[in-house]
Amino acid sequence: MSPKRKSRGHSTPHDGAADGRLLSGRELRRVIDTVLQIAKSTDAEETEVHLDETCDALTRFANNAIHQNVAEHGLTVSVRTVAEGRTARATTNRVDEDSLRAAIEASLSLAQSQPKDRRLLPLPGRQRYRSINRFVKRTAALAPEERARAVRRACDLAIKNGQVAAGIFSSGQSQIAMGNSRGLFAAYRQTRAEFSVTMQEDPAASWAKANSADIRDVDSQELAVRASKKAHLATNAQEIAPGRYTVILEPAAVLDLVGFLFYDFAATALEDKRSCLNDRMGTHLFGKNITITDDAYHALQLGAPFDGEGIPRQRVALVDRGVPKNLVYARSSAKRAGKNPTGHGFALPNEYGEAPMNLVFSGGETALEEMIASTDRGLLVTRLWYIREVDPYEKVMTGMTRDGLFLVENGRVVSAVRNFRFNQSLIEMLRNVEQLGTAVRATGEESFEMVVPAMKVHNFHFSEVTKF
Amino acid sequence: MMWDLSAIALDTARMRGATYADVRMMHLRQRDLTTKNGQVGTLAQSESLGIGIRVLANGAWGFSSTDRLTREGVMTCAAQAVSIAKASAQAKLSDVVMAHEDAYIDSWQSPFRKDPFEIPLETQLDLLLAADAAMRVVKGVTLTETGMQFRKIDSWFASSIGSRIHQRKVITGCGIAATSFQGDEIQKRSYPNSFGGQHSLQGYELVEALELLNHAPQIAEEAAALHSAPQCPEKKGTVILGSSQLGLQIHESVGHPIELDRVLGQEANFAGTSFLTLDKLNNLRYASDIVNMVADARLDHGPGLGTFAYDDEGVPAQCTDIIKDGQFRGYLSNRETAHLVGLLRSSGTMRTESWNRLPIIRMTNISLLPGTWAFDDLIADTDDAILMETNRSWSIDDRRYQFQFSTEIGWEIKNGKKGRMLKNPSYSGITTEFWNSCDAICKLDHWTLWGTPNCGKGQPMQTMGTGHGASPSRFRNVRIGTAFSNQ
Repeated sequence: MSPKRKSRGHSTPHDGAADGRLLSGRELRRVIDTVLQIAKSTDAEETEVHLDETCDALTRFANNAIHQNVAEHGLTVSVRTVAEGRTARATTNRVDEDSLRAAIEASLSLAQSQPKDRRLLPLPGRQRYRSINRFVKRTAALAPEERARAVRRACDLAIKNGQVAAGIFSSGQSQIAMGNSRGLFAAYRQTRAEFSVTMQEDPAASWAKANSADIRDVDSQELAVRASKKAHLATNAQEIAPGRYTVILEPAAVLDLVGFLFYDFAATALEDKRSCLNDRMGTHLFGKNITITDDAYHALQLGAPFDGEGIPRQRVALVDRGVPKNLVYARSSAKRAGKNPTGHGFALPNEYGEAPMNLVFSGGETALEEMIASTDRGLLVTRLWYIREVDPYEKVMTGMTRDGLFLVENGRVVSAVRNFRFNQSLIEMLRNVEQLGTAVRATGEESFEMVVPAMKVHNFHFSEVTKF
Repeated sequence: MMWDLSAIALDTARMRGATYADVRMMHLRQRDLTTKNGQVGTLAQSESLGIGIRVLANGAWGFSSTDRLTREGVMTCAAQAVSIAKASAQAKLSDVVMAHEDAYIDSWQSPFRKDPFEIPLETQLDLLLAADAAMRVVKGVTLTETGMQFRKIDSWFASSIGSRIHQRKVITGCGIAATSFQGDEIQKRSYPNSFGGQHSLQGYELVEALELLNHAPQIAEEAAALHSAPQCPEKKGTVILGSSQLGLQIHESVGHPIELDRVLGQEANFAGTSFLTLDKLNNLRYASDIVNMVADARLDHGPGLGTFAYDDEGVPAQCTDIIKDGQFRGYLSNRETAHLVGLLRSSGTMRTESWNRLPIIRMTNISLLPGTWAFDDLIADTDDAILMETNRSWSIDDRRYQFQFSTEIGWEIKNGKKGRMLKNPSYSGITTEFWNSCDAICKLDHWTLWGTPNCGKGQPMQTMGTGHGASPSRFRNVRIGTAFSNQ
């Protein structure tokens, strides 16, 4: 451990964000350079710095009124040092020099407490990144008064229709930057707007949600109208027997299910033998109509073009016409497998390795209305809830339908039905896909956002029914 | 500095038009250590210091937070909170009314014997690596994981009614797990619980009491043995739930439904609502008459993750009857909602994850009070049942009626004796039917206050630790094996 040094009293760039805006690129650099400079005077042989900054606001409403309304600004600096084949991380949200030095020394102290890691790789050097612009000034500038007006319109619609509205309207901006002592520097910023609404027509409810980097893509009133209409359709739900049904899963329902597959494509998960793809790579595991890519550069995706070690994210074809073809790799798992890293690693040190975070399903051309029209008997599923893994190898998931489950007979929606519990293997489900819609950016509550289509699936297993 | 900045925040809020304000400054420190397959995994620590300011202006709420702990930064933050409250008022139906609460000036620290941040890291890692090694030597084990998590949280609460409360909590979590992949099956055993083990408001003495090295071989052997165990049958019958599984059952089917914000529709868009509509208070037989449950945040109840001296609204910790002799008796409330259930005062359950999150109604320690049975007597009294231990998956609908749980391991109980191991146990049911089928609860000797560290609620999402005391209990006429049914 190196001796402590007195602060030289530099002002920090932190005050530059006092008006609610993110630090400038120059200010980001200055924080990172400050850490790297201080670290030179310690026992750290190599140093990596992550900087995360968020400026978010969220207006929450229920019972046709705003009941929570919040804003936050936060900045964290996370330091990983390497010394004598050992590494560890320390994070702080204080950016004065003394605090940054304390973080460096805490990281070193942690690192020195453990056995030497013979597999630890040196930090990567400079990288080249594709430029992505996902920062929309109009989103960043959204004021609480604008969010309140949109909420007021949604609540007025609910009142007019004899319903009760609940939901959120959030907006914000964030940035991440990283640098290391080998000259790597990466930075990315984005904006994000999200509107989610539940319309309740007692005892029924329905829901709609969207998010985007661009506020202009989030039509709050269209979402409110959609949820309101479906909530009305969802009243007078009938109870039908559980069993195997053909289901038409709207994109949000697809997303929240298939989202549980993402970690199975991590090379480390296969090494650890906890992936459902162990002994199944290269086999016809899913239907031929299933193709999945991880693509951080897709127009409907958000997220940085680099991973937790600063490696550029690559587009990876995970499943090609039903066959799992490729995994994603961090630098260490790639080295062990004799592969190239794909830019999907988490910040080190960690035990999970990596994961694809920007899944894109190839869609089809069948509109939701055509799926309904071509169904003799089935169920239209708006959304799923509380999904958990029951069997990690067969990938059996359990969960509930929520906010609008409808019986389809002879090509028409004929009534609402009470919500079901499902116990369904994702592997089997992706073998049973009959039709696919256009892939869209979907958002739910169980998984991070992905680009997925609506799906018509046969033999989906519902095991029990609930009381509403 | 903390009280000075709080005073600046309160003064600014008042001058900008707030009729009420409270301020939480928090300093959170955390250390995480994990191992996997004999290697150190995560080795990290973090700290976060900031301020959250909640105000009432024009009869509506506003909240803003910042890590800029300068006079200017706090004033800007307080002004923003008031501005947001005034925007909220554009879409209000009525003014917020708060139940009376006295002002308190106090300082409190959760008791602990050994500060985990003062224990040498080498000692902590050596123990984890030794437990990891003890599991890895068992044939058939393909993945071993261990972990410790320590948190030290200081909060300084000040409000415009004159409260100034400092609290320090020390939280420790620790656990180990062995996984076995064989054929087409992955089986896992965890000790002393899944979700990273046991978590409580204690120091390093919790880690020492767990005796990881003594338990590591057994759970590793069980993980490997599960592959050759028979499948849990699908039927209606009797289950005996181990205390940690029952703790999660309480969390999902009692703790969440009694949150008054859910009941009132405030979580309808995300966490869901509740079947416990206001008409059911004092009018619902929630459970059989041997069932008694409380929400108890007092230290007297134990060092749970829901233990504190004051909630994040400045209300002292309390014990509230939730189920008394099987009857539904109480909700979790705050100062804003208490009057809706006829209370003159909040039940003291407002909690926040961090300085940058708004306090919301949260479980404290929601516990099943001990019964009268010795565990051995309970087994001897049972002709045909399945004993299920250690949660593996959990799910419940958004009004908290229908649930399904599976556990890592099951044991056949036949003619009063514990028999063979069963794999993939699961059970399901409807909340009130299930609790009304409870006919035996073990006594205090078998009672554990479990910590659930990962309860998600609110938008933006907040993760909170909750406590659940439970002892092994028996339930009749339960649907068993549904998670693996394939009709």
